[in-house]
Amino acid sequence: MALMRVTSPHAHGPLSTSAVMQQVLLATVPGVLVLTAFFGFGTLVNIAFAALLAVSFEALALKLRGRPPGFYLGDCSALVTAVLLGIALPPYSPWWLIAVGIAAAILMAKHLYGGLGYNPFNPAMVGYVVLLISFPVQMTSWAPPRGAGEVPGLLEALRACFTPGSFDAITMATPLDVLKQNDALLVRDLWAQSPQFGRWAGLGWEWANLAFLAGGLWLLYRRIFTWHAPVAMLAVIALMAALFYDGGSSASGGSPLFHLLSGATMFGAFFIVTDPVTSAVSVRGRLVYGALVGLLVYLIRVFGNYPDAVAFAVLIMNFAAPFIDQYTQPRTYGHAGTGDGK
Amino acid sequence: MLADYSILLIGAILVNNFVLVQFLGLCPFMGVSNKLETAMGMSMATTFVLTLASACSNLTYHFLLLPLGLEYLKTISFILVIAVVVQFTEMVVRKSSPLLYQVLGVYLPLITTNCAVLGVALLNINKEHNFLQSLFYGFGAAVGFSLVLVLFAAMRERLAVADVPVPFQGAAIGMITAGMMALAFMGFAGLV
Repeated sequence: MALMRVTSPHAHGPLSTSAVMQQVLLATVPGVLVLTAFFGFGTLVNIAFAALLAVSFEALALKLRGRPPGFYLGDCSALVTAVLLGIALPPYSPWWLIAVGIAAAILMAKHLYGGLGYNPFNPAMVGYVVLLISFPVQMTSWAPPRGAGEVPGLLEALRACFTPGSFDAITMATPLDVLKQNDALLVRDLWAQSPQFGRWAGLGWEWANLAFLAGGLWLLYRRIFTWHAPVAMLAVIALMAALFYDGGSSASGGSPLFHLLSGATMFGAFFIVTDPVTSAVSVRGRLVYGALVGLLVYLIRVFGNYPDAVAFAVLIMNFAAPFIDQYTQPRTYGHAGTGDGK
Repeated sequence: MLADYSILLIGAILVNNFVLVQFLGLCPFMGVSNKLETAMGMSMATTFVLTLASACSNLTYHFLLLPLGLEYLKTISFILVIAVVVQFTEMVVRKSSPLLYQVLGVYLPLITTNCAVLGVALLNINKEHNFLQSLFYGFGAAVGFSLVLVLFAAMRERLAVADVPVPFQGAAIGMITAGMMALAFMGFAGLV
């Protein structure tokens, strides 16, 4: 009789990479639905086309490196990158914009470093920043939300993507942009004058952010990531916004609630900052990492040139993450801690 | 006054970072970033040299070259000033920390040819900085250089064990990473 000897630990982790990625994909659904409800089918077209390209690029890169494509494609990481980039891109983006972004994300940011698990920078954010620097006009023209303008249908969304020349995009400054450009009106008056604003933040944006928050909380409940980095990031954004709000003068930076529910705050906090590969690893490291992302997001949003800053802040902190890890190594059980954390 | 100097500092450290935005001082940035400890030693030595050289070259320009009408000699005289400061630093490091001296090895004299050092000295003249401004600008440039060098070194230690495709191993992936870091630093544009 053969007895199998099993050594500890006996706990079994049911989560494979593929299962984690699929749950992340599932958690983006409410956010994507809200974006579609307010801004039309643009985001869905973005995601579909980006996913197609991402899987093809991933297969190409795996083939070039002589790896089994079936196994690596099965982990769904390329799909997650595609969905995240598709959400981050403005709806009704032309096809070449999506193609350049996905190529930068999958080929440059991921496979040049050896694929999933080795990439020091978040691939979706690299794709986004490459596009933002190279094509600022296309990247900062966002469609008006339902209630502030006409929302194109599915057919028009497809035309906007694949025959960009035949589609006259109606665009409108995002609420963050409006607030940044404002230097004469009190925040309350600006709110009353601009159709972009909703109850707490931007029209549509507030609900998209709440939906991403809901998806993120579900992932937290499923223990896909820990609370440290997102909570630190959101807390610092709220704190900075509270410090610089000054009751809403023309020079103020928007209320804490506005910043928490604007742009990519919640999307970034729960879907980008929590990336297990590119963020800091230890618990203290994640707190530092998240807090610094929040600080940079606020500083660049309010004082920098760009209306939103999650992508930049995340890339800058990706760059700092190995250093943070070096100095926040947890004490090993049975060993005395030393001053420098080694 | 205080605001002016903090703007000068933040500008030199982040917004116009000498390595990632102005692309000066790339040789030590690529050369000494393979190990975190060496990178830290190098950044401390460079910070010391850069701050001192920035101040000294400002004094040289205003009290030697300008009165004699020899402004056109500024490049060559700054190189001389920098060489003297580096030599001085080398002597201090050798006596005070033989270990650091051993670790830094060939790179210490190489600070002489770190173009960021000469760049800061010349930019000080271009921007008409006074003595105190030169001191702060040099210090800010050095802190910016040290910041990215140390972060880059920590990242390269991780890249060393990554499964990078053969043609991109070593310096190639280092350059690509530096490029992505430069992309990220463009986010600081307009901050001051």
